[in-house]
Amino acid sequence: MPMNRLARKVALLFSRRRFRRELEEEMAFHRAQLEEELVAGGSSREAAREQANRQFGNATRLREQSHEAIGLRVETVAQDLRFALRQLRHNPGFAVTAILILALGMGVSVAIFGFVDAAMIRPLPYWQPNRLMDVAETARAWPRANLSLEDYKDYKRLNKSFSSLDVYTEMGYLLETHSGVEPVNAARVSDGFFSTLGVKPMLGRGFLPGEDQPGKPKIVILSYGAWRTRFGGNRGIVGQVVNLSGVAYTVVGVLPREYAFAPLGEAELWVPLLDPAWCEQRRSCHNLYGVGRLRQGITPQAALADMKAIARRLEAEYPDSNRDQGAAVQPLSELILHDIRPVLELLLAGAGLLLLIACINVASLLLVRSESRRREIAVRVALGATPVRLTRQFVTEGLLLAAAGCAGGVSAACWLMALLTHMVPKAMADGLPFLAAVGLNRDTALFAVAVALGAALLLAATPTLRLSLQPIRDGLQEGGRGHAGMLWRRMGANLVVAELAVAVVLLVGAGLLGQSFYRLLHVQLGFDPGHLAALDLLLPDHVYPKDAQQIAAFREVLDKISSQPGVVSAGLTSVLPVQCNCNTDWIRIAGKPYNGEHNEVNEREVSPGYLATLRAQLIRGRMLTDDDRAGKPNVIVINEALARKYFPGEDPLGKTIGDGKLSPDSLRQVVGVVRDVHESGLDTEVWHTEYEPLYQNADIFTTLVVRTRQAPGAYLPTLVKTLHVLNSNLGVSNEETMEQRIGETQSALLHRFSAWLVGCFAAMALILGVVGLYGVIAYSVSRRTREIGVRMALGAQRSAVYALVMRQAGRLTATGIGIGLVCSVDASLLIRKLLFGVAAWDAPTFACVALVLAGAAMAASFLPAYRAAGVNPTEALRAE
Amino acid sequence: MSRKPDLLPGTLDMLILRTLARAPLHGYGIALSIKRLSNDVLTVEEGSLYPALQRLLLQGWVKGEWRMTETGRRARYYTLTAAGRKQLSLELSEFEQMVKAIGRVLRDPQEA
Repeated sequence: MPMNRLARKVALLFSRRRFRRELEEEMAFHRAQLEEELVAGGSSREAAREQANRQFGNATRLREQSHEAIGLRVETVAQDLRFALRQLRHNPGFAVTAILILALGMGVSVAIFGFVDAAMIRPLPYWQPNRLMDVAETARAWPRANLSLEDYKDYKRLNKSFSSLDVYTEMGYLLETHSGVEPVNAARVSDGFFSTLGVKPMLGRGFLPGEDQPGKPKIVILSYGAWRTRFGGNRGIVGQVVNLSGVAYTVVGVLPREYAFAPLGEAELWVPLLDPAWCEQRRSCHNLYGVGRLRQGITPQAALADMKAIARRLEAEYPDSNRDQGAAVQPLSELILHDIRPVLELLLAGAGLLLLIACINVASLLLVRSESRRREIAVRVALGATPVRLTRQFVTEGLLLAAAGCAGGVSAACWLMALLTHMVPKAMADGLPFLAAVGLNRDTALFAVAVALGAALLLAATPTLRLSLQPIRDGLQEGGRGHAGMLWRRMGANLVVAELAVAVVLLVGAGLLGQSFYRLLHVQLGFDPGHLAALDLLLPDHVYPKDAQQIAAFREVLDKISSQPGVVSAGLTSVLPVQCNCNTDWIRIAGKPYNGEHNEVNEREVSPGYLATLRAQLIRGRMLTDDDRAGKPNVIVINEALARKYFPGEDPLGKTIGDGKLSPDSLRQVVGVVRDVHESGLDTEVWHTEYEPLYQNADIFTTLVVRTRQAPGAYLPTLVKTLHVLNSNLGVSNEETMEQRIGETQSALLHRFSAWLVGCFAAMALILGVVGLYGVIAYSVSRRTREIGVRMALGAQRSAVYALVMRQAGRLTATGIGIGLVCSVDASLLIRKLLFGVAAWDAPTFACVALVLAGAAMAASFLPAYRAAGVNPTEALRAE
Repeated sequence: MSRKPDLLPGTLDMLILRTLARAPLHGYGIALSIKRLSNDVLTVEEGSLYPALQRLLLQGWVKGEWRMTETGRRARYYTLTAAGRKQLSLELSEFEQMVKAIGRVLRDPQEA
């Protein structure tokens, strides 16, 4: 029933004009009938009309009553709105300031919410994504380690938790094009990969069961991006043949545009597993990750238990390869968002605080204004405005401000979202496919409206509350200066204290994050990253099938590049430093007790000049030399950490390291020890690392590092050109300076983003907080001009007036800072995980923030104090 | 100076509903009918029917429909809805109770 009523009311609202016309006609008809009747009764037309009108009543009033009966109050709403607009126009400074501050707060929070929404609220673009699990193995040092192909087959066969379980691994190919070969990122996946995700190709077909088996035809599926950029969006591509590293593959499908698989963000080509590559025949060769779809009714915990049981079984069955190995199962979304989630939460909290400050600021502006509108309000009450009508006026003004702020905020948010999305480097953006969905959409619009409504409520409530707290009668009295300010002081003061406290929290957060970022950038790298250029090289294995041929090609590259003018030295490595603890090897020290445990160490295959090019420091023995090549004794250089761990108190030189079984061809003699080079990401500890001669263990994927005389960035194009001229078969990609590579690592990016953004939030909060304080003090001084005049007339010194004002400001600031510092301890404990090299309760940061804020606050209150001290007592007393 | 209504507050709605319970009528017809049935005792400022009718329309107790009168003019005829019928019986029983209560008080002032 009430719903029907509402519906009728809304319907009426839309057919207002018709409603009025019909009512008019009806009432006219009534009067006409009355008149007719009277005429028929013998009256004259004139008298009949008069009598009819009298009998009918006051038509205007009745019409109004009818309108009111159905709630058509549009007129009064319009009146409120007009009045509110006039009020704002009357005082454009206030309106512009309020709207700008609101737009700032809203813009920032809506923009950050846009990212949170795209990343954490929207589901992944797969069928029933919440049942997709990331499946991996664990090792002693790895909470999430790759699966080996043999283990995967067993997991797939034995598990009862997944309706399908598939694997993927990254891959690189040299794609043959008109202009030569181009290295392309690719993925090798098991046959059911796309059907597990629930992704159907846009053109052609997916992989069929069994198509990933050895010896099956070579086929490839293209990503939408590769199809558009590399094949011109040719719809007839299915069935055509492409040449990948010298092998012909038939295109069978093209993936849809919205498809993205974050763990393999850069992959453009998708091929089935087919022939086991490299070491895949070995059970100890871990190079795959799994993705599984949970059966209906199976929880991730149950699946994990199931997988762990299988892992134990495999460990018992294959003790050599599977010792200490477990299983790991987590939601796929967790894998994708794990690193970015705390940053997003941090930013959302920061933006929320900024919004809070902005609202408080505007609320206190409104309060000041309502204070100066006391007389107007009192007059309106005296003329018969009801409290309801006054409240409605305030609500209208609040809504108007919030609406304007919201409009500005949404535009600002759109711009900010685009800006921030652009600031994410491509390498990272590939791993965060949700970035494409960031923008103004239903969710962000809803959020913006919700925030605007909240702000409107606050803005409307502040003056209304004030209205109800103070007898309006007082407003008409011109005096009241003595006590009228009291209430305002109390409320306005509380608001500014809250503002300052929030600013402290943001400043402390920014200080801690900034310090973390600084510490991160100043981590001991163990090498000199300046003047280093790096690029990835890929040799086509059909041209260089044998190790000796690959080594010859590498030698040729190094000889050529090293002899270039502008080049100091050059080297090759399998993995650059500051990337990851990865590409590991299990080692065993000959002549030491061994119980089959997996001693995991980073393994890097490097050319003789590599460590010298990095300027790594040799501590003992010698570096690798040109003479350490195939046919010569196998040698190895180890880092200090490895020496400390496995050769405590002894000289590692001359000792032998081998694999778990100490098989003869795995044995290597330690010839040198270098100071730790930071192989792992900046915020992770460096593992034990061994450097093996590339010339004794070649691979088609390597990274070239060149130390240049001039700026390395400027040298990169020459370097690429030289390589192309030297050998057109070489795949060259990702040419960057070493410093860029380090800056683009995930840990550096996440820290940089959080430090910068929270820093910006804090700066804005500082400005808003200090401006708020200035407003409070300036207003209070203006209200107390007479009081100050009296004091001075009675002999108060200027210094006493200064003290009076500064004491008030000092009290507010001290309270705000005090509360803020206490809250900051809690807040910084919450962001502890995002800190690096600095404690959450870092006292210097807290002290600095307190000092900065106190200084800014004192500076802001000095101006009103100066003005107060300049008051001329006679003028002040005569005023008003 | 607004004129005091000659009716008990709230009774106008009831009268309209009661009138419409017999047959659909236009506003003028309702006014005539009330006047006639009450032997001109209840003199309503006739126009005040219209705000009341809008109220009833909004409540969904009556329905409005444009039709031709016998004299060939267009007029809005009001019909009682099922909800209106229910409301009428409710109001009637409340009114009767009130009248009875007032009657008792008036008969025996000592007991009041």
